[in-house]
Amino acid sequence: MSAVRAMSAAGGLASADYRELCRRLGRPPKVTELRMAAAMWSEHCGYRRSRHLLRLLPSDGPRVIRGPGDNAGVVDLRDGWAVAFKMESHNHPSAVDPFHGAATGVGGIVRDILAMGARPVALVDSLRFGPLDDPAARRLARGVVAGISAYANCIGVPTVAGELATHPRYRGAPLVNVACVGLARRELLARSAASEPGSAVVLAGARTGRDGIGGAAFASAELDPSRDDRDRTAVQLGDPLAGKLLIEATLEALRTGQVVAVQDLGAAGLTCAASEMADRGGVGMEVDLDAVPLREGGMTPDEILLSESQERMLLVVRPEAAGAIVSLYRRWGLSAAVVGRVTPGSRLRVRASGVTVASLPAAVLARAPAVRPAARPPADLRRRWTVPPVPEADPDRALLALLAHPSVASKEPVFRQYDHTVQIRTVIPPGAADAAVLRLGEVPPLALAVACDGDGRLCDLDPYRGARRAVAEAAANLACVGAEPLGVTDCLNFGDPHTPEVFWAFRQAVAGLAAACRQLEIPVVGGNVSFYNTSEVGPVLPTPVVTMVGWLPDVRRTCRAGFSRPGDVVALVGRAHPTLEASAYLAVVWGADAGRPADVDLAAHRRVLAVVREAVRQGWLHSAHDCSDGGLAVALAESAALGGVGVDAVVPDADRVDAALFGEVPSRVVVSLPDNALRSLTSLAEAWGVPVTVLGRTGGRRVRLAVRGRRGWAVDLPVRRLRAAYRSLEGLV
Amino acid sequence: MRVGVVVFPGSTCDRDCLQALRQVGAQAEEVWHTERDLRGLDAVILPGGFSYGDYLRAGAVAARCPVMEAVRSFARAGGAVLGICNGFQILLEAGLLPGAMVRNRCGRFVCRDVYVRVESVRTPVTWTLRSGQVLRLPVAHGEGCYIPPAGLDPRQVVFRYCDASGRLRPSANPNGSVAHIAGVCNAAGNVVGMMPHPERATDALLGSADGVPLLEGLRRLDSRSRLAAGGRGR
Repeated sequence: MSAVRAMSAAGGLASADYRELCRRLGRPPKVTELRMAAAMWSEHCGYRRSRHLLRLLPSDGPRVIRGPGDNAGVVDLRDGWAVAFKMESHNHPSAVDPFHGAATGVGGIVRDILAMGARPVALVDSLRFGPLDDPAARRLARGVVAGISAYANCIGVPTVAGELATHPRYRGAPLVNVACVGLARRELLARSAASEPGSAVVLAGARTGRDGIGGAAFASAELDPSRDDRDRTAVQLGDPLAGKLLIEATLEALRTGQVVAVQDLGAAGLTCAASEMADRGGVGMEVDLDAVPLREGGMTPDEILLSESQERMLLVVRPEAAGAIVSLYRRWGLSAAVVGRVTPGSRLRVRASGVTVASLPAAVLARAPAVRPAARPPADLRRRWTVPPVPEADPDRALLALLAHPSVASKEPVFRQYDHTVQIRTVIPPGAADAAVLRLGEVPPLALAVACDGDGRLCDLDPYRGARRAVAEAAANLACVGAEPLGVTDCLNFGDPHTPEVFWAFRQAVAGLAAACRQLEIPVVGGNVSFYNTSEVGPVLPTPVVTMVGWLPDVRRTCRAGFSRPGDVVALVGRAHPTLEASAYLAVVWGADAGRPADVDLAAHRRVLAVVREAVRQGWLHSAHDCSDGGLAVALAESAALGGVGVDAVVPDADRVDAALFGEVPSRVVVSLPDNALRSLTSLAEAWGVPVTVLGRTGGRRVRLAVRGRRGWAVDLPVRRLRAAYRSLEGLV
Repeated sequence: MRVGVVVFPGSTCDRDCLQALRQVGAQAEEVWHTERDLRGLDAVILPGGFSYGDYLRAGAVAARCPVMEAVRSFARAGGAVLGICNGFQILLEAGLLPGAMVRNRCGRFVCRDVYVRVESVRTPVTWTLRSGQVLRLPVAHGEGCYIPPAGLDPRQVVFRYCDASGRLRPSANPNGSVAHIAGVCNAAGNVVGMMPHPERATDALLGSADGVPLLEGLRRLDSRSRLAAGGRGR
């Protein structure tokens, strides 16, 4: 075996891939080329197992300006303004080093938005941990929240929405997904395809050091607890000050009009940025590693090429402007240097100390060979669809337990640690409504809304339906604040794709996302796949997470989730039949993740959302909140706890009292409104063929719920006690 | 009235301050951290953020920037200076205000709305308000627990954290500041530091517009001096 060949195993390239690389090159690779290919052909960079399925996601729409394949998706807003957004995972680094792993996750996604020429205006995060009664899970949760808080606050981008859920299947393998939303002038949108041979290639931002080397490969394998120390060097360290300066300097650089293309350096560092930019533009690129500003001496060419040091951007700049761009970055206290140039042809040439260490077509690196893994439904799936016989729980106790469960409980103790008011846009802060609302001073009175959803528990029981439910719920969340969807970015978190059951779940989830987004006409403009989320308890729950961005025509016409006034009518919009199958009630109260989740009827769902959205925009509603985990009872209790106003309500009957109260089904929204608006709501709903059921009235200091046709209050609790249960995360994170 | 907003590396509220000042009709402009001359300005704001990443200690590095020499002379000449959040920390580090700031008592960053009571109306930001008036303003900081020096003149306390009805209560104090102090001024009263963000409370849509009168105080400073001059003449 040759030395290079022997290294291919160590470098993370399987022997079939090695043969493919030789075939593409027409010769055996040099050592550096092999290392570059190993990084670029990792699952994390190459999307080798997911690419063919991701094509199923609808990415077209009348507003779409840039779709998947770019650093972030971009949709048109109005008057020359566009909104860019993208979600990404930082799961593996966060498992090893929760603080820096999460912090650099924020930094990375912000740079993706920046690379589009957009100013980051909002962050959203979706977190999953093991149960928080476990000190190890608590340590991870605290570290991740502190890391997000440290980085996001320091760069002055508000964290406006997010979710947090716990389940034993995330023990040891937390999920940290972060989305960023940015605003850009259409004419200043940046390109990520290098062009114009002769242009200078500028590396700007922080200096390059030895951190994060091998990060891409590391994120493409399972974590091994016995080699914790080795993994630690693969975690990058963030420098939020440099991140903040990079935002201002890069936006200023783009305003000069001299930047041909730009991309951030993430996984596989300079190797990835250079090869992707060249490949996208169909040009070649020469890079001289001697010109790269280094943080430490003695770095080898391979280390410089594969370093994942944070806060760096690669820019292709008109040659006559290169000096000015370099000094612009230096004025902001950042390092910058011309490290190469764009060449005709398609070859990426890398030199170090005058020697060519790599010379290969950029496409060889940028287009990793596709792999189609085997897929097989889990053998026990049908058995898990059977709901075990459970007695009816005491409704008061069940309600309190559900409200106190971390997946349901108020995330206020988390949100409070994030600056959510900087940039003075936040009209609806995190947790106050189903989605965050941001005013847009650039195009008044328009506003943006953002919501984030994903339910691994549902997806574990039916990944196709679970993924559809995530899309449906995000759209419902937007409707509750009066917003219409503009687009989706997704993060798909799964276990080892070599496991046929894991890959089957992935395939089903993508199909579910595609079907739901297609039918609701919401383009998926970008996203990210994270495999190998596995720990000693096995693969994580299959967890597709959806961040949906929407717009409102008038920021003054929006709505929160809490009951705001006593004496309002409380009504249910939509009347699907709730079921205990796959419900949070079964999971939280009876410890059973069982039953087949109800599917969402997307045509009916669309009508329900149209009614709610219009009612909000007309200003008829005082609150709107969609029924999710814990069903109607939890939705009513949450509205009461959020607003500090009680409610007396009679909920529609089901075959059991617990099913009527806690049964779940999509397409139901709890609203409160004054008497004089009820007539308007019901006639609007009638026009759409959507049932509206009056449940009761707000007021008092208790939440009292009865089930139609049954005697007495099933639930009778003071709002004070519900609030206390709802605040169970206080002190935990 | 020309109000300068200093941009340090790592300032995050500079753009918010500029926007809010323009909203209340002030002529607002950026002042780069290397600036050594503030002539022509009527007031200066040191905005919030994480100047120099707050890497050594909040505000410690910024306090030693060239622009701070200019701010010092500007203040000595009686110019109005307002430090908000990190700007307050910088003024403390620069010795332009008395006292020191330490980490929040809870040990975590806190972002929420608070109420503050106006304690002194003899400053350039509070001169249009009544003493005892209660304002709702957002805070967002990790190091906001203010420790006054021994024997701080109570007339130098500009704001205290309170509840909605103006009562001083521990639960209304977001960071454990001694004596619930949320803002102070120098002995002359022309340099003010405050932890809450008035620029973030400039529209009821954002939850409060109580920051507007504070910024308007700066904008209308010339009428204040006219008033003062008129007062002396009588």
